[in-house]
Amino acid sequence: MQRLLLISVFVIATCGLIYELIAGTLASYLLGDSITQFSTIIGTYLFAMGIGSWASAKVDKNLLAFFIRIEILVGLIGGSSAAILFLLFDQVASFRFLLYFIVTVIGILVGIEIPILLRILKDRYEFKDLVSRVFTFDYIGALFASILFPLVLVPHLGLIRSSFMFGTFNVLVALWLLYSLKEPQPWVRLHKIAAGLVLIILTFGFISSDKITSLSESNNFAGHVIFAKSTPYQRIIVTRQQNDIRLYLNSNLQFSSQDEYRYHEALVHPVMSALKAPKNILIIGGGDGLALREILKYPSVGHVTLVDLDPAMTKLFSSSPMLRKLNTDSLHSPKLKIVNADAFMWLKQQRANPPIFDAVFIDLPDPSNFSIGKLYSTAFYGLLHSVMGPDSLAVIQSTSPLVARQSFWCVNNTLRASGFQTAPYHALVPAFGDWGYVIASNRPYTVPTQYPAGLRFIDADTARDMFSFPPDMGPVATKIQRLDDQALIHYFDEEWSKYLIY
Amino acid sequence: MKPTRRQLLYGSGAAALGAALSPFAWDAVKPKKPIPGAIVGANSAFGHRLREGAFPPPIDSGQHEVIIVGSGIAGLSAAYNLDKAGVTDIRLLELEDHSGGNAHSGHNAVSAYPWGAHYVPLLSSESGHIKELFRDFGIITGEDKGLPVYNEDYILNDPDERLFIDGRWQEGLLPTLGVTAEDQVQYKRFLAHMEAFKIERGRDGRRLFAIPIDESSADAETRALDRLTMKNWMLSAGYTSEPLHGFVDYGCRDDFGVRHDEISAYAGIHYFAGRDGKAANTAPDSVLTWPEGNGFLAHKLAAPLSNRIISGALVYSVRETSGGVTVDYWDGHTSRRLTARAVIMAAPRFIAGRLMPELAAPGFTYAPWVVANLTLDKLPEGRGADLAWDNVIKDSPTLGYVVATHQIPQMQPLRTVITYYWPLTHAAPAEARKEALARSYEDWQRLFLSELYRVHPELVGQVRHMDVWLWGHAMIRPVPGFIWGEPRQAALKQTPPVFTAHSDMSGISIFEEAYTHGLKAAQAVRAFLA
Ligand SMILES: Cc1cc2nc3c(=O)[nH]c(=O)nc-3n(C[C@H](O)[C@H](O)[C@H](O)COP(=O)(O)OP(=O)(O)OC[C@H]3O[C@@H](n4cnc5c(N)ncnc54)[C@H](O)[C@@H]3O)c2cc1C
Repeated sequence: MQRLLLISVFVIATCGLIYELIAGTLASYLLGDSITQFSTIIGTYLFAMGIGSWASAKVDKNLLAFFIRIEILVGLIGGSSAAILFLLFDQVASFRFLLYFIVTVIGILVGIEIPILLRILKDRYEFKDLVSRVFTFDYIGALFASILFPLVLVPHLGLIRSSFMFGTFNVLVALWLLYSLKEPQPWVRLHKIAAGLVLIILTFGFISSDKITSLSESNNFAGHVIFAKSTPYQRIIVTRQQNDIRLYLNSNLQFSSQDEYRYHEALVHPVMSALKAPKNILIIGGGDGLALREILKYPSVGHVTLVDLDPAMTKLFSSSPMLRKLNTDSLHSPKLKIVNADAFMWLKQQRANPPIFDAVFIDLPDPSNFSIGKLYSTAFYGLLHSVMGPDSLAVIQSTSPLVARQSFWCVNNTLRASGFQTAPYHALVPAFGDWGYVIASNRPYTVPTQYPAGLRFIDADTARDMFSFPPDMGPVATKIQRLDDQALIHYFDEEWSKYLIY
Repeated sequence: MKPTRRQLLYGSGAAALGAALSPFAWDAVKPKKPIPGAIVGANSAFGHRLREGAFPPPIDSGQHEVIIVGSGIAGLSAAYNLDKAGVTDIRLLELEDHSGGNAHSGHNAVSAYPWGAHYVPLLSSESGHIKELFRDFGIITGEDKGLPVYNEDYILNDPDERLFIDGRWQEGLLPTLGVTAEDQVQYKRFLAHMEAFKIERGRDGRRLFAIPIDESSADAETRALDRLTMKNWMLSAGYTSEPLHGFVDYGCRDDFGVRHDEISAYAGIHYFAGRDGKAANTAPDSVLTWPEGNGFLAHKLAAPLSNRIISGALVYSVRETSGGVTVDYWDGHTSRRLTARAVIMAAPRFIAGRLMPELAAPGFTYAPWVVANLTLDKLPEGRGADLAWDNVIKDSPTLGYVVATHQIPQMQPLRTVITYYWPLTHAAPAEARKEALARSYEDWQRLFLSELYRVHPELVGQVRHMDVWLWGHAMIRPVPGFIWGEPRQAALKQTPPVFTAHSDMSGISIFEEAYTHGLKAAQAVRAFLA
């Protein structure tokens, strides 16, 4: 019995630390900023253990039965904690509260265990032996857990499965104790039933771990979700896998840090390098600051106005150190003015006294619904006209001419119907596919032959090639996208829904 | 946008949920505190006073060239056109505290919104006389290849309509889900039939179904349609499809507040075949709308007249005397008398008949309507089709709702106002009117909110404010025999020095009719004065 109790100290210590590590890791996955997450989780956990130790003094009767009960409870709550946190990440208003609540409960339960054990064993050992043995096992368990966790559990089992597995260990210890009791006790039967039930739940959870993971949102994305926020306008998710940072808006990929330079260089330089000394720039959308990063490579640029609907986007990309590195801190440029407004309404307001921009970059989400479709309409392009001079250039990201050929040419044809001359082109961006852009101008556009030094994708040859379309992406006649008849939305929906990878 | 299997499964689940939201579930979702709001509008205390008829003797309050009783679209049109023609000594007497009549609108911090009329179609071939007005108001901005160019801000944005059916939304109002091939064939045939009616002309060279209605052909065969109900005409023409009947019934309730088994087939077909307008820059079936609905037109018409509109003025008697026509009104405190050389009665005929017994017109019956404006903290959602301007719920007693912020090009307004329309067609008008008048604000709230939550469970807790407007006599009812029958023909005769102008004289309540009657009355008054 003594030996058994000492082994249970080891198991308790291991499991306890595993739960703590799982909570810390989950918090850094889901909430980002691992330093803060780990340190607050550890602090909360240790403090909760303190509460548990203090509370243990209130227990007087039948210590062994109490210990077994706690053990079963730890198994149940700790074991299912990862699954609960994963599943509820998206559902509960205050995920942090749930996180710290679960950590506190586990901490209190684990905190009760050791003092109770000490008291159970106090008559069987001398005090100094008792303390030394219990704490030796406790610390060995901690070391064991801390090595096992990163090397075996996370890579091979995953968080949810690991957590269920350690829950079963807790319960198995309880069962083992129950079965090794010599003298029959009246309370044992009920405890066995309870332990059995919890064991079934945990085993079921262990088996269904994959299902649970796939139910949780974070699995919809490649890599770990390091930032997630629902704003009134959209759901912003940033994920990270090794060096690949990705942004998703409403589950649609906006960029992958692996190849976004291709997308943004192709968006910016054919326009910027074609202008003599572009001074006054407008960006519509592009709250990630990545197009801006490219624009700021031109010393002639004096003022950039960035109109993005969602303050959460510009805030995120101007505050997260990782994302600031990605956009080279462009959102803190003194040349920049951020306007968090609806682009259509903002352009409409400028109508009375329109500023003239040398270059306009329209980097909006794809036209996948009627709301966003308004920003691809003749009415919107009419307003665009009013902020462009005779030599100004605008460029519009226009979805994939390969996957959505009609959609792409519909954007082109709508710009023409709005009185612009157009120069359509495309570039290969692996994360997206073969991607399309359209330059709109009042005078014929010529592809520049000179580009800033240090670009990774665009040079004179690449740029020239971008403007030719192979037959399977070539021009087609389409309807025009108008506010009263959003043909583009129907093209887009039809074409992308046929494309399975989407 | 074909539904996937999963959408369909989800859909039927949602439908079951909706069906479950009977009185039982209402208790679960009903707001803890009633949502702020009230029954507003239509000065019923004044109306009551008119029926009782006891007014103190009037004080003489002056003389004008023309007095117009009522400032709905017809009254405003008359005044606007008189004013433009140089007859400026006019007064409009209006019992409400605002002009506009059935084209009245409201506004709050979120949006302007309609209380009644909310759109007009492109102008029909017979509406040349309204073109000038639309040009003045910036609604028509030019001409291209012989067709008018309409202001893009006012052309209804896409998506125009969606239908809630079997737990999910679909684009368009003709059901496409779960209908048979035979239904589809009948849809096609019916729509082609209506298109043919749209261009067909009678022996007199006029269209069979024109707007204004009195420009229509006098061919007897076409006018005979006025003696059938729409439903019977459909059956006799071989249209048996249940969803097609549902669609047509909806159209009749929507435009006239009369069910298709009660309305004249002439009126029912007129709804589909009358609107033949074309534009250079939008499809022929487009309509024009504004956040405040036809309140936009009412405000524009009223703008040059504002100092000549006397509101809160209940006219209770109009009489021809040797010194001119006397118009007696009650301003809430005092009875007053104005005298004029000519008077235009631009109040509905059932009221005109009370003010001046000669104008009594017994054949005129009116449909009661209820309109509710709900301010939402969140846009309505729904699977299957994006939020549209007109959102129709199949098999609902209401017509569904219109979204006030739809014309605002903002990508995603975060809040909005929706306007629910409900023609009370379940009972005879008098009975339905009585039942409606007896309902409290809380009753209406329960009715509208359970209707809303059934379809939009996501809006529980998101309704910030709700007002209800009861139109006791909203629209003239074109029941069989009314449009081409005796009483209406008699009502069209003008009897100088008292003239009449109201949409009910057409048998169909639409802007073009109201405006045309106002314009014609103005012309007749000028001729009379000269
Ligand atoms: C709910 C609803 C929705 C509608 N939707 C549309 C639509 O979408 N499109 C469309 O074209 N039409 C619609 N209509 C029809 C609408 O009625 C007409 O378009 C038009 O506005 C009618 O104008 P009117 O001047 O003929 O009549 P009213 O609007 O009835 O004007 C009569 C005026 O006389 C006043 N009055 C009455 N009695 C007195 C008195 N004793 N003393 C002084 N003043 C008096 C009234 O207060 C009112 O202002 C709708 C109507 C309703 C009720």
